[in-house]
Amino acid sequence: MKMKAIVTVTLKPSILDPQGEAVAHALQNMGVKGVQSVRIGKHIELEIEGGDEKALRSKLEEISKELLSNPVMENSHLDLRAGG
Amino acid sequence: MRFAVIQFPGSNCDQDCVHALQVLGQEARLVWHQETMIDPEEGVILPGGFSYGDYLRCGAIARFSPIMPAVKAAAERGQVVVGICNGFQILCEAGLLPGALTRNEGLHFRCEKAYLRVETPASRFTSHYVTGETLTIPIAHGEGCYRASPEILQELEAQQRVLFRYCNAEGQVVPEANPNGSSHNIAGICNAQRNVLGMMPHPERCCEVEMGGTDGRGILFGAAGIGRKI
Repeated sequence: MKMKAIVTVTLKPSILDPQGEAVAHALQNMGVKGVQSVRIGKHIELEIEGGDEKALRSKLEEISKELLSNPVMENSHLDLRAGG
Repeated sequence: MRFAVIQFPGSNCDQDCVHALQVLGQEARLVWHQETMIDPEEGVILPGGFSYGDYLRCGAIARFSPIMPAVKAAAERGQVVVGICNGFQILCEAGLLPGALTRNEGLHFRCEKAYLRVETPASRFTSHYVTGETLTIPIAHGEGCYRASPEILQELEAQQRVLFRYCNAEGQVVPEANPNGSSHNIAGICNAQRNVLGMMPHPERCCEVEMGGTDGRGILFGAAGIGRKI
């Protein structure tokens, strides 16, 4: 069964995001009002020929923390769904 | 002493490290990241550059290179391991040093000479210097902002594992002298066993008068186990 995993990686709230700040500043220069803050993260899509969903989920959680994110400074969120 | 300088795809300070070590009378060999062996009496250098194009995160992919288990084993055996710039990022990703290096606070890639304050001579890497000595060593990085949890920072300080801090020309550790926003102005740290050094500045770029300075010599001599010449 084909599965799609979407891993979203974001900087922890305590970690300063200078990229986000630069974008927030640019929005201000564009005249956009009311933007309180901008945080930039990563959106990673994996297409997987999956078997047991539970095993797949735990493997994906593992690689999210091992490789796709660095838990020292980032959080990761896994969204696993059917389909390619 | 002989050093293994690890070459990852995208390393670009590997030849500089070999050259600097040879200028200082040491032996150095290049070791491709696909290799899996490091001799038990060698020192290891993880050089600067952009391993794997800095994809995903700096050092994140290099960490899984075939040579890395051997680097880890060497570190655990007490062999000298030095990570410079991208090498420091790889050591943090690999868990051989705590913390992480994130995007410079000012977003700029900083390529310039930096002043470093030597925090303690109590490591082989700093044994040539005295506490408070100011070194001038080049930096060249976009992601050198050192971050760690408050507990880790406290541990690093308590164990005198912060070896170098960014300072001004007068040797004062002040926020204005911090080129990247690193916590506690940290420029270089070592592990608890004090045989693994990670630093963002490039000592290999200042080992010859012709290169504009020789302040990096002591660090590499120290790594090679050569004591201070008085």
